[in-house]
Amino acid sequence: MEGGQMTELPAQTDRKMGLVIDLDTCVGCHACVISCKGWNTENYGAPLSDQDPYGADPSGTFLNRVHSYEVQPQATGAQPAPAAQLVHFPKSCLHCEDAPCVTVCPTGASYKRVEDGIVLVNESDCIGCGLCAWSCPYGARELDLAEGVMKKCTLCVDRIYNDNLPEVDRIPACVRTCPAGARHFGDLGDPDSDVSQLVAARGGMDLMPEMGTKPVNKYLPPRPKDRIEDQIDVLAPLLAPVAEEPTGFLGWLDKALDKLPGGNS
Amino acid sequence: MTVQQPRVNTSPDVSEEVRQTTCYMCACRCGINVHMKTGSDGRKQVAYIEGNRDHPVNKGVLCAKGSAGIMQHNAPSRLRAPLRRVGPRGSGQFQEITWDEALDLAVSWLEPLRKTAPEKLAFFTGRDQSQSFTSFWAQNFGTPNYAAHGGFCSVNMATAGIYTMGGAFWEFGQPDWDHTKLFLLFGVAEDHDSNPIKMGIGRIKARGARVIGVNPIRTGYNAVADDWVGITPGTDGLFILSLVHVLLKAGKIDLDYLSRYTNAPVLVNASEGPEQGLFLRDEAGKELVIDRKTGKPAPFDQPGVRPDLHATYRHAGVTHRPVFHLMAERYLSDDYAPETVADHCGIPASRIRAIAAEIARVAFDEAFEIQQEWTDFRGETHQTMVGRPVSFHSMRGVSAHANGFQTCRALHVLQILLGTVEVPGGFRFKPPYPKPATAHPKPHCGVKPDCALDGPHLGFVHGPDDLALKEDGSPARIDKAFTWENPMSAHGLMHMVISNAHAGDPYKIDTLFMYMANMSWNSSMNTRGVIEMLTDTDADGEYVIPRIIYSDAYSSEMVAYADLILPDTTYLERHDCISLLDRPICEADAAADAIRWPVVEPDRDVRGFQTALVQLANRLKLPGFTAEDGSAKYQDYADYIVNHERKPGIGPLSGWRGDGSESGRGAANPAQLDRYIENGGFHVSHIPDAALYYKPWNRAYQDWAVGMGLYDKPEPYLFQLYVEPLRRFQLAAEGYGERQPPDHLRARITATMDPLPIWYESDQQGNAGFTVNALTQRPMAMYHSWGSQNAWLRQLHGRNPLYVPTKLMRENGLSDGDWARVSSPHGEITVPVMEMAALNENTVWTWNAIGKRKGAWALDENAPEATKGFLLNHLIHELLPPKGDGLRWANSDPITGQAAWFDLKVKIEKAAPPDGMSESQPAFAPITSPVGTGPKDLKWKVGK
Repeated sequence: MEGGQMTELPAQTDRKMGLVIDLDTCVGCHACVISCKGWNTENYGAPLSDQDPYGADPSGTFLNRVHSYEVQPQATGAQPAPAAQLVHFPKSCLHCEDAPCVTVCPTGASYKRVEDGIVLVNESDCIGCGLCAWSCPYGARELDLAEGVMKKCTLCVDRIYNDNLPEVDRIPACVRTCPAGARHFGDLGDPDSDVSQLVAARGGMDLMPEMGTKPVNKYLPPRPKDRIEDQIDVLAPLLAPVAEEPTGFLGWLDKALDKLPGGNS
Repeated sequence: MTVQQPRVNTSPDVSEEVRQTTCYMCACRCGINVHMKTGSDGRKQVAYIEGNRDHPVNKGVLCAKGSAGIMQHNAPSRLRAPLRRVGPRGSGQFQEITWDEALDLAVSWLEPLRKTAPEKLAFFTGRDQSQSFTSFWAQNFGTPNYAAHGGFCSVNMATAGIYTMGGAFWEFGQPDWDHTKLFLLFGVAEDHDSNPIKMGIGRIKARGARVIGVNPIRTGYNAVADDWVGITPGTDGLFILSLVHVLLKAGKIDLDYLSRYTNAPVLVNASEGPEQGLFLRDEAGKELVIDRKTGKPAPFDQPGVRPDLHATYRHAGVTHRPVFHLMAERYLSDDYAPETVADHCGIPASRIRAIAAEIARVAFDEAFEIQQEWTDFRGETHQTMVGRPVSFHSMRGVSAHANGFQTCRALHVLQILLGTVEVPGGFRFKPPYPKPATAHPKPHCGVKPDCALDGPHLGFVHGPDDLALKEDGSPARIDKAFTWENPMSAHGLMHMVISNAHAGDPYKIDTLFMYMANMSWNSSMNTRGVIEMLTDTDADGEYVIPRIIYSDAYSSEMVAYADLILPDTTYLERHDCISLLDRPICEADAAADAIRWPVVEPDRDVRGFQTALVQLANRLKLPGFTAEDGSAKYQDYADYIVNHERKPGIGPLSGWRGDGSESGRGAANPAQLDRYIENGGFHVSHIPDAALYYKPWNRAYQDWAVGMGLYDKPEPYLFQLYVEPLRRFQLAAEGYGERQPPDHLRARITATMDPLPIWYESDQQGNAGFTVNALTQRPMAMYHSWGSQNAWLRQLHGRNPLYVPTKLMRENGLSDGDWARVSSPHGEITVPVMEMAALNENTVWTWNAIGKRKGAWALDENAPEATKGFLLNHLIHELLPPKGDGLRWANSDPITGQAAWFDLKVKIEKAAPPDGMSESQPAFAPITSPVGTGPKDLKWKVGK
């Protein structure tokens, strides 16, 4: 042990598997949240439990949650401020290169895999102390209250290499289910991968880069919105009236009909 | 130190078996893979549910609700056995009985009605998906009183679409996702059309297409729209007609399309008298147009005809003008100029112009061609298919207003003027649509004791002669559908049934029989009033509505108000068919249908409702269910699905008919369900390439549709910019014809049933001082409320504050978590508020049906849904405020009868500090739960 680290991170990983999440198309439907809940309740480790599921204060373990934020763009110049926007923000473990949740783990239960960079919890070694959840700046870990172990996104490590699944299904459950196609999975360590290309093309961003965690997951920012009136100078000629008077309109109509296939001109 | 990694099994067994069926938690009807594992009891159990990649609807994806199906299937609110009420109505006190006892009891009530007065049974099914079957049952029982839930949902959209162009949105058609470049959504709540819309928006945004959302609330699809138009509720029609005005004035319309495929050139009688406004027809009844080649009238479908949009025709002293003439006259008026409508719609004129310009640019400057030859109904062959890549989608938001029918008409007309319907890049029909109003049945109401009804209940009227009136002119149906009050009520008026039955207006009934319709809670306007009607007694102490039978799978609020409960199964325990005779699941490229089958057997004494109906029919010996020798034709619903023939060779399912090689038409095939199961639960018949577009006029499509059994013969038709049946009602209101409306309705019929789209403000009488619009929608993760309050989903949406725009928060001194008193002319509620900026500044809204009654749905009485949750329904009445004329005026569209949920206007005030008030008001007393409450903990893992 050196530098106060309790569990070591690999110096580097062979691949950097992760998610690219498109905030421009995420409609906030929570399909990914529940698909994740379903798969990970039935699969890796302990089921994701729920407390008081039909009661006054239901709560449960989720490895992926969607938060919604209202955004108010600033006014520019003399123009009034554009309309407020609503951004849906799915969040799960970002499988950071410098994952503080791993280095803080007192038992070695939390670790980052050398082969693909996935951060996992070995539940048999987890004592449920919660240090990792405290150290994660993203709030991406949840202690399962029924099992007393820390749960987190596994990037569906039990799907992505699973020989029992058709090859097309060897992707995380959240990616497979996303109706809007807003979630992408791949090797972000390979600049030629589809996900890396997408990040490059769309200006993909790190979440809270100032925390120095070097998250692998990336977010694609929403496209600019509410710009249609900006184009009116270009578009205005399209709306030039064909005639100022109704009789003129019918004159235009006659000429236009003549120009149709089979017409008189 | 070397990193020691634990070994992880990255290839665990996923499941022992995958059973493929159809989801049923909303109207989307996605294909699902149900992964089965052997549970601790040694039986195969549901372990995991995911989307079916091969399915035409969802292509593998699945929404939150679909993925949470496992919690729906194991919900503690599932009913367990038939129940007979033993306490007073509303108490929730029941006794479990056997199915034999339940069916005998139902028969003892129903048989005497059938023998003497079948109309005394009112049978209404809620969010059901087997309407071709339930209507068949009701028809054979002989009652005219049958409908499903369309009347309180989106009948305006459906009916306006069918009268205008032979179909509407959603199950009727879809945008051409492959080619569209500009997509406009009008009034689409975030739950509607669930996965296909999300998939489509994702696809078109990925290639840079623009999405414009028109909605007072910027959530869901509107949150990802490139441009948001936060319109004032109820003014969509005015906005749309302003777009029409600008586009027409600029000549940005598709004249070729209009002249060939619409009734724009059809001649309309312009002279006063009984024919004014009706089409000029030849002796065969064909609409006439002026042929530009000859200048003379010719039938619209004559080979080689070049219909004129301009020329008028004078004959026998009567002038006839083409429809397009009338349209130009109306919509070129400055009444529809952006500057005129801007304030009313809450949209700056510059924005209306910019949107119109963008529509024009994409429709005409980005037009393209697909190299595909096709032949139209006049016999003309076209070398290519011309694409106009602008598409629209719309649902309840524009529909659930008292001006909704005409607003929906306006939207359909806008698409047609642009020439974007049934062309590449535009809006495309899905089989069995397109199907014009004339190809649908008319409503039937001929009742005779001990006989079947004289035809299907629901249909499309073409004039006063088709109304469902008795000889004395009074309504034949309990919901007053197809009467002068709402002549085109093609889906019935479910929201008026209890109110009318209680009032004995137009007559009294004996038994109310309902399915999946939570009428004592969120499915009714005026919830408390409906509860009182359901429990009201007469002078003899008898219930005013004497008997109520109800079927539901879950312990909904309505259960407590029935006398007999027939417990339904969950969606994984039942047979169903998603039929081409019903609400199809087709794609624009293919006809498709699907089944559900019991992937698990029920562990309770419950039966699929449709099977219970078959068993009731057999005990009643209903004609359609009884063979000539008196034996039962069908043992259960599965038997019906396979063996029923609606017409010779046409049954509920189109796939694997006859010897298994036939699609569409063919004899019943006893192995049909097995073939569906082998194929993943669905069947697809692809449309030939030459038939993919221009379906209403495309010979190849028409021939294919006849072969599939969708049509009896080719039925090409013109899009109806001008809807002549509307004009026939106006003529009656003007005093022409034998069948005359009551005098008090003449002015309204004349004003609203305009054959060209209009916009009018809904009736504001009684709304003085109530100036804020109030809306609801369901969350995306919980599309439809019929399937219980799911343990996983309620952690996402277990609370429903009233969302209030920033301006109204400030004006009323409100902060998040404060309480507000919200009142309407009808009632008052006190509810928690939350600020929302991305919202029309004069509109409040909340999630619908998150509020639950204590004792329902197996929830704890302290669940937030039962304490803080609330319904806006308490503020909405099924009748408009009294006008002092002694008459009952329904809070409905005057043309279709659609419930005008979104016409609600309220006043909002900060409520006194919540001293001891921890619950939303009104708070209702708990009902006794027939199923108890759910478990304290959940750790749902089937496998080891």
